Amino acid sequence: MSEPLLKIENLHKRFGEIEVLKGVDLAMNKGEVVSIIGSSGSGKTTLLRCINMLEDYDDGIIAIDGETIGYRLDGGRRVRRREKEIALQRAMTGMAFQQFNLFPHMTALKNVMLGLTKVKGMDKSEAEALAERWLERVGLLDRRHHYPGQLSGGQQQRVAIARAIAMAPKLMLFDEVTSALDPELVNEVLNVVRGLADDGMTMLLVTHEMQFAHDVSSAVVFMHEGRIGEQGAPAEMFRQPKTERLADFLRNAKF
Amino acid sequence: MELQQFLSEVWIARNALIAGLGNTLAISALAIVAGTLLGILVGLAATYGHAALRVITRLYTDFLRGTPVFVLILACFYILSVIGVQLTAFQAGTFALALFCSSHVGEILRGALQAIPKGQVEAAKSIGLTFPQTFLHVLMPQALRQILPTWVNVATEIVKGSTLLSIIGVVELLLAVQQVIARNFMSLEFFFLAGFLYFLINFALERLGRYLERKVALPT
Repeated sequence: MSEPLLKIENLHKRFGEIEVLKGVDLAMNKGEVVSIIGSSGSGKTTLLRCINMLEDYDDGIIAIDGETIGYRLDGGRRVRRREKEIALQRAMTGMAFQQFNLFPHMTALKNVMLGLTKVKGMDKSEAEALAERWLERVGLLDRRHHYPGQLSGGQQQRVAIARAIAMAPKLMLFDEVTSALDPELVNEVLNVVRGLADDGMTMLLVTHEMQFAHDVSSAVVFMHEGRIGEQGAPAEMFRQPKTERLADFLRNAKF
Repeated sequence: MELQQFLSEVWIARNALIAGLGNTLAISALAIVAGTLLGILVGLAATYGHAALRVITRLYTDFLRGTPVFVLILACFYILSVIGVQLTAFQAGTFALALFCSSHVGEILRGALQAIPKGQVEAAKSIGLTFPQTFLHVLMPQALRQILPTWVNVATEIVKGSTLLSIIGVVELLLAVQQVIARNFMSLEFFFLAGFLYFLINFALERLGRYLERKVALPT
C-alpha cells in the first residue's frame, strides 16, 4: 500500500483560548477529491490554512508526500522549519481563496506568471507560455491583459485558480471559492474545478455547494466543532448520514 | 524704467542666483531621495519589525515629526560636531531634511502597507513567495501607488524647508537672494522672484506627481 499524498494526524490548532481544531486525522491519496462540509466555525477553513501553513498549528502532523509541513521532528520535539523552507513547502500546495486575492496591480497574465518566474525560476517566455496555457484552460486567454479590476468576480476567481494550478501543486486547496460570487457566476467557477477533478488533480475543497460536493468528490468529510464528525463516500454521506449531527446539518443545507 | 532696471539687476546677479537655485535643487533632491529610501526602511520596520524594533521606529518618527525642522537643522549642525561628526553646513542641513523626510515617508508608508488586505500576503505566500519577494512584487507596488500624492506633499515641504539652511550659512536660493538684495536694495522684486522660483519647483514636482499617478493608475 502506497503512502497517502496527504496525511494529517492528531492536528490541533488554538487561537488564544479557543481550540479550533481538536485532533483531526485525515488521509488523501493521489487523484482523490475530498470535500469538507460543516457549519461555519467548525474548523474547515482553518484546516485548509494549516495545510498551506498560512496558520501555524500547535500539535500533530501534516505531511505531504511524506514530508512534514511547517515543522520537523528533532528528537521528538517539533521544530518550526525556516521561513525559506516553509515558502517552498507552500508551493507544494495551491490555494484558491474565497476572496480571490488577485494582485490588483498586475494583469491576469502577470498574476499567473509571478510564482512561475520568482519561485519556479522559469524564464519569462517559458512562464508566459505556461500562464497562457492555463488561462486558456480556464477560458480567459482573451482577458490575459486585463487587470483584476476589469474582470468579474467569476473571472477573477478563475484567474486565481489558474495562478495556483500553474505552479503544478501536488495538492490543490479550495476555500469556499464560490461563496463571494453572485449566483449566476458560481457555475463558471465550479465547471473549472470540475474539469480539474476530471483531470485527476488531487483536491481538497471546503464548500457549501452540497450538490457539487456530492457530484465531484470521491469522499466527503463532515467537520463538527473542530473534529471530523463523519466521513465516507458522498452517496452514503448525503443519503444515509450515520450521525444525528450530519443529518441535522444536511437538513439545513441548500442543495 | 523699473522693470528694465530689475531685469538688469537680475542679469548682474545671475551667477549668484543660479548657484543658489542649484544649491536649493541639490539639497532638496538629495534630502528627498535619501529621506525616501530611509523612510521605506522606517516604514518597513514600523509595519513588519519585531516589537522592539517597532517601538524604536515609533520613537524615531514621533521625535522627528514632533520637532521643528529648524531645530533639527540646528541640532545636526551644532550637536553632531560636538560628538565628533564633522559635517559641512550643506551636509548637516541636508542630513536634517533627509531625517525629517524619512519620518514622514515612514509613517505614510506604514499606513499604506497596513491598508493592504491581508489576503494579498496570503496569496503571495500560497504560491511560495518569500517575504522579501512578497514585499518587492506585491506589497511595495501597491503601497507606492497609495502614497504617491502624500509623498509629493512631503517633497514640497522639503523644498520649502531647504530655505532654513540659510540660517546655518548655506547659500541656497533664499540666502543668495538676500545677498543680492543687500547690494541693490530691491527687496520687493527679488523676494518676489525667489517666491516665484520656489513656486516653479513645487509646481513642477506636483505635475510630476500627477503624471506618475496617471501613469501607474490601474484600469478598472
